[in-house]
Amino acid sequence: MGSSSSNLNTIPNSQELMQETGFSAAHLLRLYERFEFLDKDNKGHLRPEDFEAVQELSTNPIGDIIIGSFFSPGQETVDFPSFVRILAHFRPAEKNRTRDGAQPEPANSSTGKLKFAFQLYDRDRDGKISREELLQVLRAMLEMQVTEEQLESMAERAIQEADLDEDDAISFDEFKKSLEKVNIDHKMSIHFMK
Amino acid sequence: MPSRTGARSSRSRPELGLLLLGMFVLLGGSLVPLGAASSADAAGGSTGKDAECNKTKTEHNITKKAFPVLSLEYGHVKVPFEISLWVLLASLMKLGFHLIPRLSGIVPESCLLISVGLLVGLLIKLAGEDVPPVLDSKLFFLCLLPPIILDAGYFLPIRPFMENLGTILMFAVVGTLWNAFFVGGLLFAACQIPQAGLSDVGILPCLLFGSIISAVDPVAVLAVFEEIHINELLHILVFGESLLNDAVTVVLYHLFEEFSLVGSVTVLDGFLGVISFLVVALGGVLVGAIYGFLASFTSRFTSHTRVIEPLFVFVYSYMAYLSAEVFHLSGIMALIACGAVMRPYVEANISHKSHTTIKYFLKMWSSVSETLIFIFLGVATVDGKHKWNWTFVTSTVILCLVARVIGVVSLTFVINKFRIVKLTTKDQFIIAYGGLRGAIAFSLGYLLDCRHFPRDMFLTAIITVIFFTVFVQGMTIKPLVDLLAVKKKQEAKRSINEEIHTQFLDHLLTGIEDICGHYGHHHWKDKLNRFNKKYVKKFLIVGERSKEPQLIAFYHKMEMKHAIQMVESGSRLPSAMPSTVSMQNIQPKIPPALPKPAERALPQLRKGREEEIRKILRSNLQRTRQRLHSYNRHTLVADPFEDGLNEFLLKKQKMIELDKKIKEMTTYLTVPAAAADSPTMSRARLASDPQSYHVRPTADGVPSIQVDLASPDSPDSVKLLDEFRQAEKQEQDEDQGLMMRPPSSGPNKPGGKDEAKEQQKLMRCLSDPGPGADEDEDEDEPFLP
Repeated sequence: MGSSSSNLNTIPNSQELMQETGFSAAHLLRLYERFEFLDKDNKGHLRPEDFEAVQELSTNPIGDIIIGSFFSPGQETVDFPSFVRILAHFRPAEKNRTRDGAQPEPANSSTGKLKFAFQLYDRDRDGKISREELLQVLRAMLEMQVTEEQLESMAERAIQEADLDEDDAISFDEFKKSLEKVNIDHKMSIHFMK
Repeated sequence: MPSRTGARSSRSRPELGLLLLGMFVLLGGSLVPLGAASSADAAGGSTGKDAECNKTKTEHNITKKAFPVLSLEYGHVKVPFEISLWVLLASLMKLGFHLIPRLSGIVPESCLLISVGLLVGLLIKLAGEDVPPVLDSKLFFLCLLPPIILDAGYFLPIRPFMENLGTILMFAVVGTLWNAFFVGGLLFAACQIPQAGLSDVGILPCLLFGSIISAVDPVAVLAVFEEIHINELLHILVFGESLLNDAVTVVLYHLFEEFSLVGSVTVLDGFLGVISFLVVALGGVLVGAIYGFLASFTSRFTSHTRVIEPLFVFVYSYMAYLSAEVFHLSGIMALIACGAVMRPYVEANISHKSHTTIKYFLKMWSSVSETLIFIFLGVATVDGKHKWNWTFVTSTVILCLVARVIGVVSLTFVINKFRIVKLTTKDQFIIAYGGLRGAIAFSLGYLLDCRHFPRDMFLTAIITVIFFTVFVQGMTIKPLVDLLAVKKKQEAKRSINEEIHTQFLDHLLTGIEDICGHYGHHHWKDKLNRFNKKYVKKFLIVGERSKEPQLIAFYHKMEMKHAIQMVESGSRLPSAMPSTVSMQNIQPKIPPALPKPAERALPQLRKGREEEIRKILRSNLQRTRQRLHSYNRHTLVADPFEDGLNEFLLKKQKMIELDKKIKEMTTYLTVPAAAADSPTMSRARLASDPQSYHVRPTADGVPSIQVDLASPDSPDSVKLLDEFRQAEKQEQDEDQGLMMRPPSSGPNKPGGKDEAKEQQKLMRCLSDPGPGADEDEDEDEPFLP
């Protein structure tokens, strides 16, 4: 793609972004095109309404939660670097990267992915998934197909199973432990197209 | 004969086994000559009869003999008799192997069975009789193979299969093609060596041979891989490959067979071959899917005739196989598609008992089939007219190995570019090493026309390869797996957390894919699920069950499981568990004897008693088994609780109603030493057994107590109560055990009007001994109970 390098210059801080997130130039370009597509009014940033315009998201039970995750708390717009940073979580992890201890945990490592997912549950960002937060997620996923008390008992059960330090909430480590059998790399990766 | 065995029964078991073997072989051997060809007799007999009627009636001068009090006429039962004898032999062998303690750990069953077959064949030959053509291709392909494939297809773990479909297809199609051409081509080159004396073997027969020998065999793979408990990914890769390469094998086989007669192949033929492959593969799947949908649709209406439900599953599947075979499509793929398609819908429709029946029958048939196949392989080896040619055979073996290794390595190199989770070298080694050949290759070889092909030489080579792979590779794969520290199958106790989070992640990934505009894996899966939910399920699943969301189904499954386990462990509950399990006073009193001290007191929830149950479970569970989706031949641990949840749901509702009712009652039944009588337990017990909904009274000496019909579901609960008690008291005190009397311990508050402490009629209606008992047995021992 000969034109990619020239277009890359239209993306501000593209080199930094590539460095930070590990996306290749082609990927980054594609994401930028998508960003521009979503940004219908050409504002340069995205608002919740732009996300809601994506049709399939409306049928997704946790669509709102996902949209919410793009926006930092308190903010109402998402610019391109933030957009890319969030999506970087879903890049397939590289196995053989040598890391020195000083580097921060890359976003697309197992732990990074898990942390992202954890934050989707933990809305108030207190580091724990409380019963109420779990109930909210369950309610959203089960879309009123079950009674409230079934939901409650499920949430109760879930917390009981996972909660090892008995504080009636699920911390990040407990969350990680309950998912230890799931191959997170595989589960939470998207094969970004070039 | 009986006396002989009686006299020697005191001896050691292996001898008994061998003795039985000897007995049966002699019996079989002596009976073989009692008729010429099996079918000829019967056929001759029937037409003869008609012909006889038309003969003149002049031959009336039959001398009067004494009326035969006891006579012997074997001819007319010959065929079924021999078949039964073989089946019996196979089953006894299976029994015998597991009686010998260490043998099954060292040697895989398939090897033992082939050895037995060799032995039997030798014995028959020594007795001077003709070995019956046991591995006759018709018998094999129509009777022995379908049960195994159906079993594999019905219990196929869909999720890992679909996730790795691309890889599996690559291995199956490209890998098999590569193997076939490599082996065939180089074999032809080897044949050209002057000393071999094989220069009359043309290129096309060689290629045909290559295509026969190159296919990985599902029967052998199943037999060996099941015993090594390898991780799911590798299992599904090798196994999936063995299933899907059938289409390739069928096409190549027919292609080369046709063209060997003609003598040459043109480009057009090659092109037609490719088209044929697509037709065979996709056609097979289509046929299977059609029958699968038919079966699902039929099962929708079976609520009044539960007894024949399993029959539909079997017959539709077999019809799918046969229909595919009619058109020379891939029967194996049809069978797999049929089983996989019909399973979710059928299981939602049929009763719990039918589900158990299907499960057991499939496992039984496939087990017997597999055993028979291996024994027959042994017998056929002894029988065959072998033509040993050093060059041919050794080069075949070597080329097969080399081709497999090269194929796997190069394909993995390509595939890894597209996979998210790459295949490591260890994985590649296991995949290459697990490429076992088996009876399918032999049967295909047997089908060859001996006038056009050096069939005997081919068969010898095929058998050698099979023996090599099964014995050498089969026996060494287990230590190699341990040596290389390959990841084993995880004891996956699937928690509800895992389920919730996995579903959450699925939705998350679908959402992210949509945001990226990327129509990937999750997107299509989601679309398929939606379509399924919206249209297909409504059509194929009866009534309300079509609406149950998966998560809730899973949750209830877990609850049931735990309730069952609780009941099981209830018999081991220490009497230090005094517990007045008060319905109203929800504070669970955890006795200090429990090893897990840190149970926090729960707030008074309606669910409090469930909490208690769970705590009891967690602290006292000794055998927490995972009910896996089992594609394991030897253990029947497929989830018994997958269905019947709907009944359970209803019960759950009732339980909750009951709960509310009880809360209003002031007095409460106290649980004696074994927390058995608690309505809690009984209700949980009830909950654990959905089939208890269909109550069937039996009169076989089970003491009965009257039910107080005040409670809506007392008959069931009480029946189960009895079960539980009997387990607990080890079937002593039958009378006493049934009364819900307050025993001496603890402050007893007789009451609990719902679970009447008076007469309660107990009915034991569980016809299968209860999933709990079975499950554990199944897990412990590698053969069918």
